[in-house]
Amino acid sequence: MASQEESSQPSDTLTTLKTESETLKTKLEEERAKLHDVELHQVAEKIEALGQFVIKNRRTLKGHGNKVLCMDWCKDKRRIVSSSQDGKVIVWDAFTTNKEHAVTMPCTWVMACAYAPSGCAVACGGLDNKCSVYPLSLDKNENLAAKKKSVAMHTNYLSACCFTNSDMQILTSSGDGTCALWDVESGQMLQSFHGHAADVLCLDLAPSETGNTFVSGGCDKKACVWDMRTGQCIQSFETHESDINSVRYYPSGDAFASGSDDATCRLYDLRADREVAIYSKESIIFGASSVDFSFSGRLLFGGYNDYTINVWDVLKGTRMSILFGHENRVSTLRVSPDGTAFCSGSWDNTLRIWA
Amino acid sequence: MSGSSNIVAMKKIVQQLRFEANINRVKVSQAAAELQQFCIQNALQDPLLTGVSSSTNPFRTQKVCSFL
Repeated sequence: MASQEESSQPSDTLTTLKTESETLKTKLEEERAKLHDVELHQVAEKIEALGQFVIKNRRTLKGHGNKVLCMDWCKDKRRIVSSSQDGKVIVWDAFTTNKEHAVTMPCTWVMACAYAPSGCAVACGGLDNKCSVYPLSLDKNENLAAKKKSVAMHTNYLSACCFTNSDMQILTSSGDGTCALWDVESGQMLQSFHGHAADVLCLDLAPSETGNTFVSGGCDKKACVWDMRTGQCIQSFETHESDINSVRYYPSGDAFASGSDDATCRLYDLRADREVAIYSKESIIFGASSVDFSFSGRLLFGGYNDYTINVWDVLKGTRMSILFGHENRVSTLRVSPDGTAFCSGSWDNTLRIWA
Repeated sequence: MSGSSNIVAMKKIVQQLRFEANINRVKVSQAAAELQQFCIQNALQDPLLTGVSSSTNPFRTQKVCSFL
């Protein structure tokens, strides 16, 4: 095995490196275990249980001709952009359910879409391996596709995209196993993030107060936290048993939740550097495709492949409610910027607003 | 699959593991207490938690125009 010795230093051989890597992995687990003095739900035993609350399907947005794959809220808390397998990207007014803009992409399976912070543009992409930005025109007759700007180029499908704190930069994740940060104006790649061993399926930017980091999840069952400036992976978590479809920061920025094909959602605390809660039930056997927190972080909404949305008490670890309504897999779910509602998108071609 | 690229890849893995093993961590009890504290502090401003009434939640208002 050690037939290739690249340098005279014995510490550089493949076998010694492999041994060192195993030792370090064990050390990592030991360090994490030392601080595991209690479970989150035990700490939460003393607080009051949540009362009954009513969340209902308040609006249904119909118009996509095929599966809805992704959606995002505008900062104005009423507009929504959604993208579909049929190649269409639609901007809706969620209060009135009216469609305000529609763009037809040159590819099918538009898996990612995002609203720009200014509300003046949307970004989207999918099987075309690119992320493109469309400025939204006030003139309804204007052909949005004509002003399209190609920003990101990956070597495989675009799985997620997100503007940073301005309209000027976009973060993307791809089936090519990498994430990247791009300058919208020039299309230049500012930073790339390597570390996942398989397709990266999702990402989320840390709340602005917490600094320049983001979390990504992938088919390698790993969730990684990255430093946006250096491209370095700061922390990684590998406790899921299958693909991680969705990651979302806790509102304080100190933790994040993940949803996976292993039918569980999990909470990872960044300062304790470990998983601190699992949200699962024996009766839930289908994958969780998308997760998001309520405004205070007390509730975790999970959209699942069994067509339901489960509402979890984040602290106590129990399920508060199941929401029925979609007639096929829930593929995407986001809480509105002020927490008054959340929107879910599904393979049943609709989006639903719940409040 | 050359030996040198395996070694380079392994070196990166080892470097990354060294970095991750050395970060500062806090006890779960402390981290959990702070997560809980954040929830409690913001609970009243969480509309989905408190069940904000129709008058203040735009999605719950049923806009009905009636002509008399």
